[in-house]
Amino acid sequence: MRMVIRGMGELCITAGLILMLFVTYSLWGTGRYTQGQQNRLGDELLKDWGKVTTERVLLGKGLAMIRIPRFGKDYRFVIIEGVERKDLRKGPGHYPGTALPGEVGNFVVSGHRTTYSAPFNRLGELRHGDKILIDTRDKQYVYTVTGRDIVKPSATEVTAPVPLHPKRKPTEPLITLTTCHPKYSAAERMIIFGELASALPRVNRADQTAGT
Amino acid sequence: MYAWIWRHLPGEWQTKTATALGLVLVVAAVFWYVVFPWVEPKVQFDHGVVDRPSPSGSRTPG
Repeated sequence: MRMVIRGMGELCITAGLILMLFVTYSLWGTGRYTQGQQNRLGDELLKDWGKVTTERVLLGKGLAMIRIPRFGKDYRFVIIEGVERKDLRKGPGHYPGTALPGEVGNFVVSGHRTTYSAPFNRLGELRHGDKILIDTRDKQYVYTVTGRDIVKPSATEVTAPVPLHPKRKPTEPLITLTTCHPKYSAAERMIIFGELASALPRVNRADQTAGT
Repeated sequence: MYAWIWRHLPGEWQTKTATALGLVLVVAAVFWYVVFPWVEPKVQFDHGVVDRPSPSGSRTPG
């Protein structure tokens, strides 16, 4: 009897330790994977930007660079084409089929809020008018935040060309960022809306984005 | 369980401690590099995507 009770106790303690290790893995270990992928894709992107090309971005590859000054000058992520689980493990993902940066329509990007380097961890801190910078090969698009919403996970209308109005025809270039809400949960989604403020020509030099 | 393992480790207590530590590290590494990467997508609590039926009809998980 005593043996059994002791065995159970040991098992419980072991399970607890494994669970703690797993939480560490989820919140921190997964970020190391994302960082590795981000570095690789960032290098690829900068290399590609040196070439003149018009080919489409492939799923799982880098599409553009996102920077948000409010999150500090070191905040930079490569946006991946695709929002499958394996894409979002690498960084924030662009919904295939939605507008590309600068295009009329809705440029929709989704990202993790906690695990996998948590690219969109601080999305809740964005205020009206904050800048979202999207660097592509030849242009830097400056979007400004116009609003925030908390929606159900099924609210696909936020990804429509005109967010929340799926039937309307788009006339403006917009951006929409989606992430989970509240933190550490999948109960709802936090949505950030923005509109294009300006488009600046980018100096086509690798060190412009690599250096900072 | 642990007492049983301890009794069956060879050598003096120094050797036993070293072997035990090594075993713990091996087990932790197996969990970290093999078990967790496999389990993590199945229990993921962080979904950033608004569900959208893809052309194949399956949901896009985040």
